[in-house]
Amino acid sequence: MRNTGERIVQNALMLVAFSALASLLLIAVFIFKEGLPFLLRTGLRDFLLSSDWRPQEGHFGIYPMIVSSLWVTFGAMLVGAPLGIACAIFLNEFVPKSVMRVTKPTIELLAGIPSVVYGFIGVIVVAPLIRSHLGGPGLSVLCAAVILGIMILPTVISISVDAIGSVPNSYREGALALGATRWQSVHMVVLKAARSGIVAGVILGMGRAIGETMAVIMVAGNSVKIPHSALDSVRTLTANIALEMGYATGQHRQALFATGIVLFVFIMILNSLAMAAMKKSVK
Amino acid sequence: MSDPVQISVRNLSVYYGKQHVLRGITLDIPSRHVLGIIGPAGSGKTAFLRTLNRLNDLNPDSRMEGKILMGETEITHSDCDVVSLRKRVGMVFALPVPLPLSIYDNLAYGPRLSGIRKRFQLDEIVERSLKAAVLWEEVKDRLQTSAFRLSGGQQQRLCLARVLAMEPEVVLLDEPCSGLDPISTARIEEALMTLKATHTIVLVTNNTKQAARVADTTAFFLMGELIEVGPTSRLFVAPTDSRTNEYISGRFG
Repeated sequence: MRNTGERIVQNALMLVAFSALASLLLIAVFIFKEGLPFLLRTGLRDFLLSSDWRPQEGHFGIYPMIVSSLWVTFGAMLVGAPLGIACAIFLNEFVPKSVMRVTKPTIELLAGIPSVVYGFIGVIVVAPLIRSHLGGPGLSVLCAAVILGIMILPTVISISVDAIGSVPNSYREGALALGATRWQSVHMVVLKAARSGIVAGVILGMGRAIGETMAVIMVAGNSVKIPHSALDSVRTLTANIALEMGYATGQHRQALFATGIVLFVFIMILNSLAMAAMKKSVK
Repeated sequence: MSDPVQISVRNLSVYYGKQHVLRGITLDIPSRHVLGIIGPAGSGKTAFLRTLNRLNDLNPDSRMEGKILMGETEITHSDCDVVSLRKRVGMVFALPVPLPLSIYDNLAYGPRLSGIRKRFQLDEIVERSLKAAVLWEEVKDRLQTSAFRLSGGQQQRLCLARVLAMEPEVVLLDEPCSGLDPISTARIEEALMTLKATHTIVLVTNNTKQAARVADTTAFFLMGELIEVGPTSRLFVAPTDSRTNEYISGRFG
């Protein structure tokens, strides 16, 4: 009797677990089913490397969006990585453990703020600052990079904190016993030992940045063009899908799904790089 | 005439939180001399060593009372420059801890911290300290490989060499041979015998025979107290305290 109950629970849990996996699989299958025929018909080259995006006239070149996405992501990394790594070093090495116990969960709360709120702050605060001090429209690569840089902080910080925290204390003592100052022991020994974990954190952060949509739509300006400076308004791959999906039909709709495939591939690459780096750090 | 006193410890007490780990230690260590410290686990031997280079400072719960003079410097003073103290007082740990760098960079780490950058100077220091630690012959052809590739015994000699590269006045060794095979142990002891001509050495060991072989003076610690200290030749033959006698004859600990 009890055995039957066990079995029912076990099977139910298995079903739930597999449904998560299945939905991931279904999403992937669906995107590829909708986008792949279009990709094959247009040709990868015309789709990825043409700058001509005029869906009404049947021109689907997403090169500007790819470049914009990379710019914004790279910019977010430039903002988020140094801030996040510095914060992780500070929390691990320079403050008592009790401070860390309060600060780390607080930083992780940052990840729970809806992205529309970040976008809102970008529009109200960051964009006007850029407009009045640096010129341009304000809604720009720079603005998106700043906002996304802040958004990826929780990812970068929590993974870096774990990586630095798992460096054995004996390394620190070894370096300090040789007459290293605290900072010398950190930057010459601890960071070297934690390097792959930190790299993984930054890459996962980039994965978040390239996939972020709502905040980017609000702050990047959304004009389809190849940016020439950090003050130019741009449209990223994600923004393009979100902005046009509502009214797109036929080929246009398929082109958006194909854009999804491109994003999918980008994020897969970033995640596998991060996993490879993590694996290295475990060794 | 006896050697001048290098380190004098006066009424030193150390606490880790509420735990009283060293109780009123008073002890003189002459220079160019090997002091062996023996005692069962938890007797405060390591805590004593970590006071001599102020590594206890890393533990926010630790606290000390009393005084330690090293030459003219009062190293227990709160104004003491801990970083330069640690350059004068090198330490080898119980478990070998190579830094995650190449063999060469492990050795050059300390000198580089002191601002030595010239390649030929570093080369010279690396070779000299590896020879002093009896490791040069085994690694001279692979200085650029990772220090983790070395065997445990080699890693420990690397750590000793790394300390020597700093040209310290005092070398502290915390059970340096506890994880090593007899041959590696013999190599380390060989290195120590040569070193004592130029350095003051404090050797904490779980192995009373090692103290008998290497130390000039031996101190016996028990439960944070210094029970007895005296010339090794006398202490092992005719200990004055019955507890010392019991420990060295292997009846407890």
